[in-house]
Amino acid sequence: MAKVFGAVTIDADMCKGCNLCVVACPTDVLALQPQEVNDRGYHYAFPEKPDACIGCAACATVCPDACIEVYRVVDKNI
Amino acid sequence: MTREEIIRPENKVYGRPELLMPVHTHYCPGCSHGVVHKIIAELLQEMNVADKAVGVAPVGCAVFAYNYIDIDWIEAAHGRAPAVATAASRLNPDALVFTYQGDGDLSAIGTAETIHAANRGENIVIIFINNAIYGMTGGQMAPTTLLGMKTATTPYGRRADLNGYPLAISPILASLDGTCYVTRQAVHTPAAVRKAKAAIKKAFQNAMAKRGTSVVEIVATCNSGWKLTPAQSNDWMVENMFPKYPLGDLKNVEPQQ
Ligand SMILES: Cc1ncc(C[n+]2csc(CCOP(=O)(O)OP(=O)(O)O)c2C)c(N)n1
Ligand code: SF4
Ligand code: SF4
Ligand code: SF4
Repeated sequence: MAKVFGAVTIDADMCKGCNLCVVACPTDVLALQPQEVNDRGYHYAFPEKPDACIGCAACATVCPDACIEVYRVVDKNI
Repeated sequence: MTREEIIRPENKVYGRPELLMPVHTHYCPGCSHGVVHKIIAELLQEMNVADKAVGVAPVGCAVFAYNYIDIDWIEAAHGRAPAVATAASRLNPDALVFTYQGDGDLSAIGTAETIHAANRGENIVIIFINNAIYGMTGGQMAPTTLLGMKTATTPYGRRADLNGYPLAISPILASLDGTCYVTRQAVHTPAAVRKAKAAIKKAFQNAMAKRGTSVVEIVATCNSGWKLTPAQSNDWMVENMFPKYPLGDLKNVEPQQ
């Protein structure tokens, strides 16, 4: 059995806190910052539960501001 | 496996397309325009046609599209993008010419230009963002506004007796001999985004092969105009927009062998 490891980076400065990535993620990795805002006043998205990420890119695909990068590793030895 | 081990260039599967300018867009958070810009930028890059592409920007929220995708653009007067695209395509037969228009631009003030360009079968692509409202000017009724839908100019909901009926323009364009491909798509889920991207790719290929006019309608949201959150807007769109504007191909003329 192979195991998939994923990770995302989010450009906090570009993010507008629209929440669409949060809704799109099938494994509930993402959340909006509850307190912190970026320079333009948005509660930007961040990986709250990064270990659950499977690198499916659902979040990045629906992001209107193209601020998410997705990385994926398939480990065949697990 | 640690985050540092995963986040390495060789493991990257998705990122910001290079053709998207590194700037903040003026679009509201969650606006469909951003997603469509992104897939256009991805496609022009993947199809290796960025230096042949000429976009024609509308009047409407997408008026600054030329600041966001790094290709040649022309800014047209309100509704006139298909006429401007006609000239650009006829004078530069090797160019990939596309318009990018909202429903207020394309199906209200620009109805004549749209229909006649499609009827002439100009070798252009029309990308039509239908959010059923005039977003830029503050959410007034558009011809596409649904019956009962509240807007700034129909505060009690659109009434057929007073305001007429919602105008579905894509079926009209599909009935014209000049169009080779007319399709309706959306960008509210990852699967929908991938299908919309495939549709725009086919439209671009048609224009390059001079098969006539291709129209890709994107049923879209305007969460500011609709006064909903972006996620609520997607749900509202599925429930209310899709019955009137169902997704799928309306016309697809396969090329002659
Ligand atoms: C000749 C002319 N008439 C009217 C306007 C005002 N105006 C600006 S944008 C717009 C409609 C935009 O709606 P739409 O095309 O649906 O695009 P959206 O903003 O929703 O993306 C109107 C009527 C104008 N700029 N020029
Ligand atoms: S890549 Fe997939 S699993 Fe990972 S955060 Fe994005 S949507 Fe969630
Ligand atoms: S979809 Fe993009 S802009 Fe919206 S909250 Fe997520 S990262 Fe930010
Ligand atoms: S007003 Fe509507 S169409 Fe215009 S940027 Fe905002 S959400 Fe998008």
